[in-house]
Amino acid sequence: MSGVRVLVGTRKGAFVLTADGQRDRWDVSGPFFAGWELYHLKGSPVDPNRLYAAQHTGWHGQVIQRSDDGGKTWEAVGNKFVYEGEPGTHLWYDGTPRPFEFVRVWHLEPSLDDPDTVYAGIQDAALYRSSDGGQSWQELPGLRTHKSAPLWQPGAGGMCLHTILLDPSHAGRIFIAISAAGVFRSDDAGKTWRPINRGLKSEGIPDPNAEVGHCVHRIAMHRSRPGVLFMQKHWDIMRSDDAGESWREVSGNLPTDFGFPIDVHAHEPDTIYVVPIKSDSEHYVPEGKLRVYRSRTGGNEWEALTRGLPQQHCYVNVLRDAMAVDSLDPCGVYFGTTGGQVYVSADAGDRWAPIVRDLPSVVSVEVQTLP
Amino acid sequence: MIRVVLPAHLRTLARVDGEVKLDVDGQVTQRSVLDALETCYPMLRGTIRDQVTQQRRAFVRFFACAEALSHEPPDAPLPDAVAMGAEPLLVVGAMAGG
Repeated sequence: MSGVRVLVGTRKGAFVLTADGQRDRWDVSGPFFAGWELYHLKGSPVDPNRLYAAQHTGWHGQVIQRSDDGGKTWEAVGNKFVYEGEPGTHLWYDGTPRPFEFVRVWHLEPSLDDPDTVYAGIQDAALYRSSDGGQSWQELPGLRTHKSAPLWQPGAGGMCLHTILLDPSHAGRIFIAISAAGVFRSDDAGKTWRPINRGLKSEGIPDPNAEVGHCVHRIAMHRSRPGVLFMQKHWDIMRSDDAGESWREVSGNLPTDFGFPIDVHAHEPDTIYVVPIKSDSEHYVPEGKLRVYRSRTGGNEWEALTRGLPQQHCYVNVLRDAMAVDSLDPCGVYFGTTGGQVYVSADAGDRWAPIVRDLPSVVSVEVQTLP
Repeated sequence: MIRVVLPAHLRTLARVDGEVKLDVDGQVTQRSVLDALETCYPMLRGTIRDQVTQQRRAFVRFFACAEALSHEPPDAPLPDAVAMGAEPLLVVGAMAGG
């Protein structure tokens, strides 16, 4: 019988949650790497036993862990992230130039066809690739040396490259997103890049046609339709139907369009999920109610999903990498909160239940659908 | 034989219990001890000092024989008691955070 494995990164370690295809009885293992921040864990789509994890503390810096047995055991691999050539500068919060400096890995994206190849998005924003299972890392410097990079400025969480989407239909096409620079696309496997932010409107940017400077929180695609992208921006839900060449707002009837995660149903490319929070100054769900919003129309028309979720006295947030979908039928949807809960819906969002309630603050959630 | 005490997180990462014992060739300094430590335990590279600049990480401190050694030059000799193996070099994570 098929099953699922949910990889949860928290502020104080990683947890692995497993269930069969019913997704109603769960085994919880962990904490792995106890006491460390786990910004992201993700499995290879071609070898589900191959997992990568980004482990960090302010005391001891970055460690990358790899598992070859589905998370039962782990091995520390390479953690040397060196900018190629001159690091160059970006803008600091006060508008002065500041050298790029490695801080941490935010996101790991395994290759679609090779378990030994994995991409890493880091702070300060740059993209790296390993082709030896994480033992060594090489920067793809065309992004950080883009002519706009000296104008990039960090968001409140740091200048992080947090999203990496590998296009399954166009060899060599990669989308990445940086807070607060925006979205960039490469069509040559990461050698050259260009910003694709036309149509984004951001408060505080005087030029409405600014090429960079947008605080993109997350982008998502459906693998059957990679030319359609969905975005949760600082404010605004956005959609592109031309692989990022242009964007239009699809926030529609949402109670607030501020938030962090966005994801797409595994079998319905126009069904998308967000978790709105109150505002940029109050990072928790509005009215004390934890509500996932689902659009079955690719945006604009949204419905609140509340069954099984707390509808009073709830003041959690859901971070950008903390939502995922499985590929079972019906599609399972998962998210983790800053309050330490991980919720599952085994029916595409209609009903929810907590898998665990009291983990450390959740930073990331990924799910693997197992044969 | 040089003795090194690691903080808890690094003992877990290196999969060691208690003190680490190292053979160090030549003069016993912070640099030579850390070189030997990272050779034996490569997973510790970058966790005590930066891999490129070799500078001590900001929240890591070194002590031995009741002395604070964090700001000593990396090539300065460590106390004789450390070089003789009578006392350990303590690698300590600064008290900070939550």
